[in-house]
Amino acid sequence: MSLSDSFFGQKFAITEHDLESYLSEALRAGGDYADLYFEYLATSQLSIDESIVKSAVQGVSLGVGVRVISGDRTGYAYSDDLSPEKIRKAARVAACIANGPSKVDKTGFQGEGRQRDLYPVVTAPNETSLAERVELVKRADRAARAADRRVFQVQASYADSLRHVLVATSDGVLSTDRQPLARLGVSVLARDGDGPGDHSAQRGYSGGGGRVGLDFFDTEKKTPEHFAREAVRQAIAQLAAAPAPAGEMTVVLGPGWPGVLLHEAVGHGLEADFNRKKVSAFSDRIGQQVASPLCTVIDDGTIRNRRGSLNVDDEGATTQENVLIEKGVLRGYLFDKLSSRLLGSRTTGSGRRESYQHIPMPRMTNTFMLAGDSDPEDIIRSTSRGLYCVNFGGGQVDITSGNFVFSASESYLIEDGHITRPVRGAMLTGNGPEALKHVSMVGHDLKLDEGMGLCGKEGQSVPVGVGIPTIKIDRMTVGGTAG
Amino acid sequence: MIDPELASQAVRLAMGQGATDAECTLAEGEEFSAQVRMRALETLKDAGSRRAGLRVLVGRRVGSAHTSDLSSAGLRQMVESALAVAAISTEDPHADLPDASELGALSGDLQLYSADILSIDTPARIQAALDTEEAALSWDPRITNSEGASFNAYTGVRVFANSRGFLGSYRTSSCSLSATPVARQGDAMERDFWYSSARSHSQLESPLAVGRHAAERTVRRLGARKVPTQKVPVIFDSVTARSLIGNIFDAVEGDSIYRKASFLEGKLGERVASGNVTVIDDGCMPGLFGTSPFDDEGVPSRRTVVIDRGVLQSYLLNSYSARKLGLRTTGNAARGITGNAGVGHGNFFLQKGERSPEEMIRGVRQGLYVTELIGQGVNVVTGDYSRGAVGLWIENGEFAYPVSEITIAANLRQMLMDVEAAGSDLEFRGSVASPTVLIREMTVSGS
Repeated sequence: MSLSDSFFGQKFAITEHDLESYLSEALRAGGDYADLYFEYLATSQLSIDESIVKSAVQGVSLGVGVRVISGDRTGYAYSDDLSPEKIRKAARVAACIANGPSKVDKTGFQGEGRQRDLYPVVTAPNETSLAERVELVKRADRAARAADRRVFQVQASYADSLRHVLVATSDGVLSTDRQPLARLGVSVLARDGDGPGDHSAQRGYSGGGGRVGLDFFDTEKKTPEHFAREAVRQAIAQLAAAPAPAGEMTVVLGPGWPGVLLHEAVGHGLEADFNRKKVSAFSDRIGQQVASPLCTVIDDGTIRNRRGSLNVDDEGATTQENVLIEKGVLRGYLFDKLSSRLLGSRTTGSGRRESYQHIPMPRMTNTFMLAGDSDPEDIIRSTSRGLYCVNFGGGQVDITSGNFVFSASESYLIEDGHITRPVRGAMLTGNGPEALKHVSMVGHDLKLDEGMGLCGKEGQSVPVGVGIPTIKIDRMTVGGTAG
Repeated sequence: MIDPELASQAVRLAMGQGATDAECTLAEGEEFSAQVRMRALETLKDAGSRRAGLRVLVGRRVGSAHTSDLSSAGLRQMVESALAVAAISTEDPHADLPDASELGALSGDLQLYSADILSIDTPARIQAALDTEEAALSWDPRITNSEGASFNAYTGVRVFANSRGFLGSYRTSSCSLSATPVARQGDAMERDFWYSSARSHSQLESPLAVGRHAAERTVRRLGARKVPTQKVPVIFDSVTARSLIGNIFDAVEGDSIYRKASFLEGKLGERVASGNVTVIDDGCMPGLFGTSPFDDEGVPSRRTVVIDRGVLQSYLLNSYSARKLGLRTTGNAARGITGNAGVGHGNFFLQKGERSPEEMIRGVRQGLYVTELIGQGVNVVTGDYSRGAVGLWIENGEFAYPVSEITIAANLRQMLMDVEAAGSDLEFRGSVASPTVLIREMTVSGS
């Protein structure tokens, strides 16, 4: 697509000449590189609570971020006004980072080579009627209430966004993208008794989405009714749960969302900014064994319609499949442009940012472990005593020590090869470069998550995906309260 | 600076287009940050932005919208957008604005803005960050690396207007210094950080103090081990105790109360904690981060005793949760720029006790002193509490060695009853504050 046909060309009459003049302004004090990130973001959020659509919000946000890189220094400024004088002013502020003659040999923009569209959504959810979208939360609410009489609170929320971006760089990249995103989430509370003061209430949460059209929520196992019933199932299962055990034991992770383990234990530690600074537990470990030979871990920003996927990253680079760990051996890091320049590598299409107000950094997209050849049932049968975790809340990692935690929201005891009783409040903790060495079985049932993930780093949130087959970890610390 | 009258204009525009009530928030902010790493400047960021948000009622239907375009065309589009979403929402019998009699603002200077923030030029700001990092790097030979240090400054204006006659605005400023050193011993690396933040530059701690404290916190983590799984007394330092106090806020805020999603629901007037626990929310304390002249619905900020010597005295409410519960708002409405207000806090803190942290540590024969908590794992519905922890092991009243890769777990209901002491070291470093806290017993999970 040519610039003149793009969103910013059409709506704001931005020309290549304009972009070149802004980049020149940014580099007038010197510097090795400059880029512009134009963003127009339209968002909607609808939520139902107590069967009342209490909140409905629509918003628009527009702005441009200007970055100048000089050696390992970055200058950044932004403007929410796209008038030429305001963009030039932002460019001059960003330019303050550099001094000396410009080292950039500007050669004009190369034509956009990209042909693929990973999210060919003709009508983005944000462009459909509100009445159509509000039905999703109403249906979720009805289905959750009908599913079990022990459910006493239902909240369903739907959010979508449509982001138009234009990236122009002094090394000749000119990229545009249109990025739809939608998610539907259902949260329920259930309890056995119904008197006040009865505190056996338990929460269940489910949902899904991606870079999809609204028809996604009509497909099998993606409907509001499906997510509602799944949330209810989790809450009801937890009603009978006993406190989680404490101490080291075998842990079996179910397929899908438990892949958040990879995100925390491995993914963050492989982001190149941390490794450039040598502050990650994985620094200088390329080629070393950091996981069992059963483990191959991939970060892939090119999976069609996935929440973490992007046609181009937020620096205009084409996203790709990146092998992080191959048969247990550490193979690569995730690079943005700055890290790749400084480390003499190539960007892996991993430069992402929350908005035009933020500086890009290396981030994950969709992170998952390849399937192995074990039957998931055999994995359970082979475990004499352990914890089977099928759903998780969030996690966190200290990338320097490598220590991570993540909290299970649905887990069961495994006794003598059988899943027996539900337990609640289990927290798993381990050390990144060590934990995956104890993986002894990997199932053939790789599953990606439902499309709800949000990753936070240094105050910036970006949508991501995770995935994992059923895996068995022989030894991991479980933090509960029972002995 | 943004013209507060724009908010009134947006409200009038909405009323003219069919809204029966409207409230508008405007926010303008300028941010600056200088990050240095390994004795050199790494990042400079300097920019500002503005936003407007509108919430309308059409009868008992509610709709909200926001925009970054504050031109008259942008505001008109925001009004249309809010009215369009109101049309697809459901009538909510409790949807309303606070009563006109409840609206107002604290008078007098709350010291939320200090012009001295702007008097420091960019080279001096960069130097402050460099000095902070240098203080950390030179503190101990085991500090071999750094994730950097930074100086941040922010100035902003917030305006609120509604159709019941409220129009108010206030300016805020803040600045902070922080450092994140990395220490190495053999193959193991540890990082920690420290910071100082204040509304006025003159109240910021010195680069030397911030850097050294960051270095001390980092170095003392070296050589951390796991401990066997056991039940022991746990001391939360004043940093980690803040997050525990934050969990109490989540359990007393009106939205989770009316939804019966809190373990403290239905407990007003009952003993929910030991007599050592007095928790206060105070939005009126001059110069602090939780202070404001009015909440995000235009109700004056106030002081509310939430837990008095162990007895639950009050929830924290906005006007909506108050109507749901048949109570009055406590001036705790909070929202970003638009949408229905949620519940927030002013300066929310645990009242200090008599004993110093050192005395509290001396009184523990065997236990854990927690210096960092990671991960989620707090369920306010059930009170289940399980978090990753880093800290120091206490033996016979003294620090014996650092510990990590462990979790601590209990139930918040029991933890509150088990607060044996609140320390004398209460400091307001943010809008949630706590002194050191000693809990009689928790499960530590390790090897």
